[in-house]
Amino acid sequence: MKDLELIVDSMPFLLQGLGLSLLLAALAAAGGIMMAVVLALLRLSSNRFLSGAAAVYVNFFRSMPLILVIFWFFFLVPMVIGRPVGSFYSALIAFTLFEAAHYTEIIRAGILSVSRGQGWAAAATGLTYGQSLRHVILPQAFRNMTPLLLTQGIILFQDTSLVFVVSLSDFLTTVTIVARNEGRLVSMYVFAALVYFALCFAASRVVGGLQKKAIR
Amino acid sequence: MHYNWDWSILLQEPYLQWLISGTGWTIAVSLAAWVIAVTVGSLIGIARTLPNRMVAGIATAYTEIFRNIPLLVQLFLWYFVLPEIVPEPLGHWIKRDLPLPEYTTAVIGLGFYTAARISEQVRAGIQSLSRGLSMAGYAQGLTLTQVYRHILLPVAFRLIVPPFTTEFLTVFKNSSLALTIGVLELTAQSGQISEYSFHSFEAYTAATVIYILITMGVTAVMTVIERRLPVAT
Repeated sequence: MKDLELIVDSMPFLLQGLGLSLLLAALAAAGGIMMAVVLALLRLSSNRFLSGAAAVYVNFFRSMPLILVIFWFFFLVPMVIGRPVGSFYSALIAFTLFEAAHYTEIIRAGILSVSRGQGWAAAATGLTYGQSLRHVILPQAFRNMTPLLLTQGIILFQDTSLVFVVSLSDFLTTVTIVARNEGRLVSMYVFAALVYFALCFAASRVVGGLQKKAIR
Repeated sequence: MHYNWDWSILLQEPYLQWLISGTGWTIAVSLAAWVIAVTVGSLIGIARTLPNRMVAGIATAYTEIFRNIPLLVQLFLWYFVLPEIVPEPLGHWIKRDLPLPEYTTAVIGLGFYTAARISEQVRAGIQSLSRGLSMAGYAQGLTLTQVYRHILLPVAFRLIVPPFTTEFLTVFKNSSLALTIGVLELTAQSGQISEYSFHSFEAYTAATVIYILITMGVTAVMTVIERRLPVAT
């Protein structure tokens, strides 16, 4: 009972943390997907230099642990910009660049899943490369890969808990602050697990439903 | 941008020693967690395909629970919560006598988390096989166990060896989360070197290069294994 009261009392603080987690995930997903479209197109380009450079980017970030990437950007971003910019922005840049590498593989597969005849037909009707991408290829590719992009978004939301290592006040960090102040580690961490589970399970159910619709 | 470069710092004591020991702990956590993940994950994955609905349901629940809670939260549950909610003598034992408490907790947490991911691969591998295979088995008079042992598993495991090795790389990267409960693995050591020496760039570069080298090494070994295991389709 005391634990429930504690959770209710600290709700505004905890919701702020949860809001930060969701915001970080949403912005990083949006930025990551935009970057990934460009990276995927480079990766598929016939220019070997461009496709090689994109491959190096993707493989580089995919072989690094996210925590190390976060450490890197907490050190690099303020140094490159020349003044402290606040840890939220450092984290946002780290997550965007890191997730872009993971999204690239999904989007590349999505583009490849569109039949090649579509591109030829678009070219035959006189569309430029850009027009055929924008009106023919990408809309179909995105329809095919929406479930995977959303699933990656759920993983990204779970990954935002890693900003704990740099004490940015996301949901897990606020939970930890309350837990330590009040000496209630057990109930607060169980509560955090339940919240994450409820959100991610519900979201993955929705994605599962979309996937079934897409197959039909 | 002003920065004092000094790469020689990485070869000085105690920093070199820290990097080596960090790499050692990263590998030790990853390997042990991967063994747990493959063992538990295979069992759960097989259980999810069994005709017994209760067993399959429990196994599916396992996967959903472990997949939908962030790994970091799971580590905290194992480390801070578990010793408090088990019967008291066991809790005391965990807190006082568990050998290498941080390491053991990290291995268990990471292992059971990754098991959920592996169970998904194993289930998909088994379910991708034509139903005719098991039906033919039953028609020959084989029991359920025999059908799995002699027909389904040998075929399915060739399909899922590549994902197993990919999962090793995931475990390897995720092992960095062990630093949150005090395991001084590679990422933690590079952070520590950066704090002590103020040479963050060199410290993080060293860790990055080591991670990439090991990833490349594992990928190369993977490719050889995959070539040796032709999939009969």
